[in-house]
Amino acid sequence: MNQATAARADSPMIEITGLNKWYGDFHVLRDIDLTVAQGERIVICGPSGSGKSTLIRCINHLEAHQEGRIVVNGVAMTQDVKRIEQIRRNVGMVFQHFNLFPHLTVLDNCCIAQTWVQKKPRRGAEATAMEFLERVQIADQVHKYPGQLSGGQQQRVAIARALCMQPEVMLFDEPTSALDPEMIKEVLDVMIELAREGMTMLCVTHEMGFAKTVADRVIFMDQGQIIEQAPPERFFNHPESERTQLFLSQILGH
Amino acid sequence: MASTRTEMIAQRRPPDLRRGAMGWLRANLFDTPLNGAVTLVTLGLLAWLLWPALQWAVFQADWLGDSREACSGEGACWVFIGARFESIVYGFYPEAERWRVDLVFLLMAALVAWLAIPRLPAKRWAVLVALVIFPVVAFFLLVGGSFGLAHVPTRDWGGVMLTLTIATVGIVGSLPIGVVLALGRRSQMPLVRGFSVVFIEFWRGVPLITVLFMASVMLPLFVPTQVEFDKLLRALVGIMLFWSAYMAEVVRGGLQAIPRGQEEAAKALGMGYWQRMALIVLPQALKLVIPGIVNTFIALFKDTSLVLIIGLFDLLAIIRAGLTDSNWLGFATEGYVFAALVFWVFCFSMSRYSQYIERRLHTGHRN
Repeated sequence: MNQATAARADSPMIEITGLNKWYGDFHVLRDIDLTVAQGERIVICGPSGSGKSTLIRCINHLEAHQEGRIVVNGVAMTQDVKRIEQIRRNVGMVFQHFNLFPHLTVLDNCCIAQTWVQKKPRRGAEATAMEFLERVQIADQVHKYPGQLSGGQQQRVAIARALCMQPEVMLFDEPTSALDPEMIKEVLDVMIELAREGMTMLCVTHEMGFAKTVADRVIFMDQGQIIEQAPPERFFNHPESERTQLFLSQILGH
Repeated sequence: MASTRTEMIAQRRPPDLRRGAMGWLRANLFDTPLNGAVTLVTLGLLAWLLWPALQWAVFQADWLGDSREACSGEGACWVFIGARFESIVYGFYPEAERWRVDLVFLLMAALVAWLAIPRLPAKRWAVLVALVIFPVVAFFLLVGGSFGLAHVPTRDWGGVMLTLTIATVGIVGSLPIGVVLALGRRSQMPLVRGFSVVFIEFWRGVPLITVLFMASVMLPLFVPTQVEFDKLLRALVGIMLFWSAYMAEVVRGGLQAIPRGQEEAAKALGMGYWQRMALIVLPQALKLVIPGIVNTFIALFKDTSLVLIIGLFDLLAIIRAGLTDSNWLGFATEGYVFAALVFWVFCFSMSRYSQYIERRLHTGHRN
């Protein structure tokens, strides 16, 4: 299957079938089936240790899986390094702890992969970087180092860094969990805007307000399995599974 | 009780706590009677120890002349060093060819300046010249035998020139080998990892003296007699491999301190293994272990003097040889003090430069 046929608008962006993963003897992901359409925005929630981070980390092979099939934008995942890197170039990722490169300036954080992975000339890379840094409203800090920025600013830079690679999909792994409360909004605002522009997004998050605002589908995971998935309206107002009801009452009940 | 602030407090300057030299003395040296007493005793002890040393080394020393008759015998006889200075610097390098050594020294000094002074431009080229062009030029200049230069066998090399040759080759060689070994030891590939572990543990488990003996005595037994390796070359290879094992462990310490998220972020951006290492992990890891790296450099520099046991005349050995000169018997103290001073100047410079680099590379983050 080549990319040109795969990138048709009607074919799914991500197709996961029969995914199983173990850490040693611990069965962390069990028979996961998940199809994500192009432009779809998905929020994944669940108690800690339910495998939600592991699931999205399998999509760009930060975690290796033992069983099942993952196809991203028409490219099937194998153990082949070249294939994995091809998939990663299509998939942007934002981490809980930002993981900016502390020895590089904000601008260089956004340029380094463009220069070395996409082999763009420096000037073009900088122009792209500035475009996205402006969109996350951090263009006035580009010559600072990450250590000189607040957590919210760092996370916005991390989002810009991922967008600079022009990915087809964005993965968010608890992007606001490590932030002080007053900085959560500035990051969520960027994510909401991104969702409005039609980016395919998978977000692991506990921000239920965000889920209600932008998600097309909310997925609830527990013990490595998808327990329930539904549009936010139905998910929050009429959850079917008891586990989901319990989880929602715990996080919304105060 | 409730309260509401209506006016914000403006920023103020911090109170001025500097109170001149007297204030400093009182605050730091004489703040309590006991500390005052400790200060006085320490000063007395220093004077008691240092004064005779200064008397010997400077005030009563003899500096000028060309034979032992110029020395009064009350202080140090630096005339000895002066008289042997040429051989201390060049060893037995033929007098007519010493300009070649001078030229190499000059090139090296210029390169170090280019690399060390931040205002000078084009650092990348400086690194390239220092690592690729300079060694080749220095090799042809020092060894000779081509381009119309007379061949100077390495058994004629000696003194500061030999010490610097061994130290430079050791330093420039052991760091990259050490980095590769450190990466190898963390590799996912069992063969690469196994080789790195065995290599590192072997060389770390063997004393350097043994390595040098093996290089000079045993190696010739194993290779066919037609193949003749230069003794200096064998020592250089031994020293390089020995110290690269130490360097590998220092670098590995740095690699382990880099959070896993750094590599994951680089992976997520599509970078391959060598890009992740060269652009993201190693720059951070190496910066973190600059103190350890320079520590190893300094140890390497000082241990170059061990080559005297396989008959190479480095700085220390050439001074020792000078002590047995019948015209200059009895000046061992001067000789060893001078050798110590030369070693100290080089090692202290490396130490200061590393501290300066650390400060310069600091980018306001903790990890």
